[in-house]
Amino acid sequence: MNMPDLAKLIFGRLTIEAIPYHEPILIGTFIAVAIGGIALLALITKHKLWGYLWSEWFTSIDHKKIGIMYMVLGIVMLLRGFSDAIMMRAQQAMAFNGNPGFLPPHHYDQVFTAHGVIMIFFVAMPLVTGLMNYVVPLQIGARDVAFPFLNNFSFWMTVAGAMLVMASLFVGEFARTGWLAYPPLSGLAQSPDVGVDYYIWSLQVAGVGTTLSGINLLATIVKMRAPGMSMMKMPIFTWTSLLTNVLIIAAFPVLTAVLVLLALDRYAGTNFFTNDFGGNAMMYVNLIWIWGHPEVYILVLPVFGVFSEVVATFSRKRLFGYASMVYATVVIAVLSYLVWLHHFFTMGSGASVNSFFGITTMIISIPTGAKIFNWLFTMYRGRIKFDVPMLWTVGFMVTFVIGGMTGVMLAVPPADFLLHNSLFLIAHFHNVIIGGVIFGLFAGINYWFPKAFGYRLDPFWGKCSFWFWLVGFWVAFMPLYVLGFMGVTRRMNHFDDPSLQIWFQIAAFGAFLIALGIGSFLVQLWVSYKRRDELRDVTGDPWHGRTLEWSTSSPPPDYNFAFTPVIHDSDAWWDMKERNAGRRLEGYLPIHMPKNTGAGIILAGISFVFGFAMIWHMFLIAGIAFVALIATAIGHTFNYKRDYYIPADEVARTEAARTEELAAHV
Amino acid sequence: MSAHTESHDAHGGHDHHDDDGASHSTLKGYMTGFFLAVVLTAIPFWLVMEKVIPNAQTLAVVLLTFAAIQIVVHMIYFLHMNPRSEGGWNMLALMFTLIIVVITLAGSIWVMFHLNSNMMPGMSHQMTEQQVKNLP
Repeated sequence: MNMPDLAKLIFGRLTIEAIPYHEPILIGTFIAVAIGGIALLALITKHKLWGYLWSEWFTSIDHKKIGIMYMVLGIVMLLRGFSDAIMMRAQQAMAFNGNPGFLPPHHYDQVFTAHGVIMIFFVAMPLVTGLMNYVVPLQIGARDVAFPFLNNFSFWMTVAGAMLVMASLFVGEFARTGWLAYPPLSGLAQSPDVGVDYYIWSLQVAGVGTTLSGINLLATIVKMRAPGMSMMKMPIFTWTSLLTNVLIIAAFPVLTAVLVLLALDRYAGTNFFTNDFGGNAMMYVNLIWIWGHPEVYILVLPVFGVFSEVVATFSRKRLFGYASMVYATVVIAVLSYLVWLHHFFTMGSGASVNSFFGITTMIISIPTGAKIFNWLFTMYRGRIKFDVPMLWTVGFMVTFVIGGMTGVMLAVPPADFLLHNSLFLIAHFHNVIIGGVIFGLFAGINYWFPKAFGYRLDPFWGKCSFWFWLVGFWVAFMPLYVLGFMGVTRRMNHFDDPSLQIWFQIAAFGAFLIALGIGSFLVQLWVSYKRRDELRDVTGDPWHGRTLEWSTSSPPPDYNFAFTPVIHDSDAWWDMKERNAGRRLEGYLPIHMPKNTGAGIILAGISFVFGFAMIWHMFLIAGIAFVALIATAIGHTFNYKRDYYIPADEVARTEAARTEELAAHV
Repeated sequence: MSAHTESHDAHGGHDHHDDDGASHSTLKGYMTGFFLAVVLTAIPFWLVMEKVIPNAQTLAVVLLTFAAIQIVVHMIYFLHMNPRSEGGWNMLALMFTLIIVVITLAGSIWVMFHLNSNMMPGMSHQMTEQQVKNLP
């Protein structure tokens, strides 16, 4: 075998040309990332943190630590996704009057694709999953999720997917197809490069994690609620999480299947979505939106739960209309499967089909509206405290209602024919995703942070972050509504009409304000850490909460609850406080706990190698990685040392320390 | 999970037992299921190999019917599902699955039929003047 053949066998189509060393922006980014990365690694090594990180975090199967790691992943990827956003805004603000801007079209196309993929799959999904992971077991009085190892594995698969997207920045390129990679553009004939393959494999690897974590949380909520907690006594956040995970389990297999078909078209020469030989690209669009629309609700339902918790806590009132809230959530979950065609009204399915899906889309605004009224009525005559989580909630209600109304406008098929693929659509979905999901996540982070770390987040910087985000959002996206009405389409690299420029410059300024909002959030984290002694929460219940997670210490002990609580009311902790139900202080038993394992991170690492090898057609390495993957998974099943007991006297010591802390506080 | 079971025991107030209403597996049950599965596989195989039904469309419908019966056999004899198993959760999950599958399949067929006849008229038949007028 001669050298070129050997190189091809090992490296597939990966050559030195794949490194984009001729693009100054990417090289600059790479150098910055490399220096930052080396500095971080050096710092970890200097403080001898590797062992700590490995044994306390990476291999941890504690749902609380995995939840925090999900949040860290989401925030890191938010920085990447947002830097894409600000590059797009800057490019569009300057690319007028023959000025080509600083991003050439093929690079710009990758930037908007990566922005969409990262923001949905690697920012919103990890943050939502992280919140559910952390909060749900605490809210239902459980000691962990149903399958603790699976939880760790799911997290690391999500990380592996995110790393594949990040790798595309410096090795090869990312897809230039838009965030859903419609064929025929994403087919082999139009996109022969590795971009779409990066897209396919990063989503497939991360998708395994998402599906498994959906199954895990669903089983947790169905099987592991504390005694007395019937379905209609579950906290609303747990309810919305339950339905979100049902949606994940039902929707994500469709995404996996449609990406498998696209991969077969690209790797095995099939013709599912090609232009020739009977392929039908419209089928891809149809299938991917059968996943895509429920995905929207997968993101937004949990944050509806967050708002429900926040609004009840900070209004000092029981949530208005608990049962209607539950039914509205269930109705939204089922209806979310009946509206997918509104994403492609213009593809040509005709009047009868379009009117059916237009009407179902409008119907979905009814339960959503019911929720808004429930929150408003909860606030009505409540003793409202405008702490940071409540600010985000009020900001959400104002912003999200506008986004919902533009959504109903788009649901009218004739209007959609004018607005489809215009910047009006872009403004609409950012209006609901930022105004709904992102605001809700920040509300949730500010609300549950003291539970997770034992000290509250600094309110001053929290308010700065909120106002910059809120004002920044309006300044950045209202011009896009205007431009959409003028007929400006999305994904444009440069413009000829100079009268449009001012709107793009206003939008760019809005993006700059949002950047200040993100910056304030990072400062908030740092300042809060510095001031942690002043902001300390010793009671475990800093907001006078209503649900069970506030009954334990902040941060909760490994075992969450020394005794499984018994539930009499949907606001279980409020009910306990009303009844003066004291803590039980004796009769501790050893607690059975799952043991940490490195199998999850190892399996995900091998999956990363497998995905990378498939992308670059290194089929030898891909084969080896696949065999290793199966072998490791089988090997893990022979690991019988999976559990241990926390001895009763250790539980007694931990609980005694808490008793002392509580007494000192009162 | 064990932590949960254990915590129940810790309280002592909750008598934990395994009777969740699922039908228990017996050799007879598995053999019946196996026999039915084999028969339901053999008949379609025979139908196709011997070309018993000449009309392709009728054949497809018959095969799909056998497949659907096969699914039910698997659910009853191998997955031990009945309306009471797991406190009714299995039935609820099944209903939800059926709703989603029906929505997805029926919806896709409906949508794709209209899309194909409107946007790819050359693929199935010649376009009439009326259809040209009705193009979206």
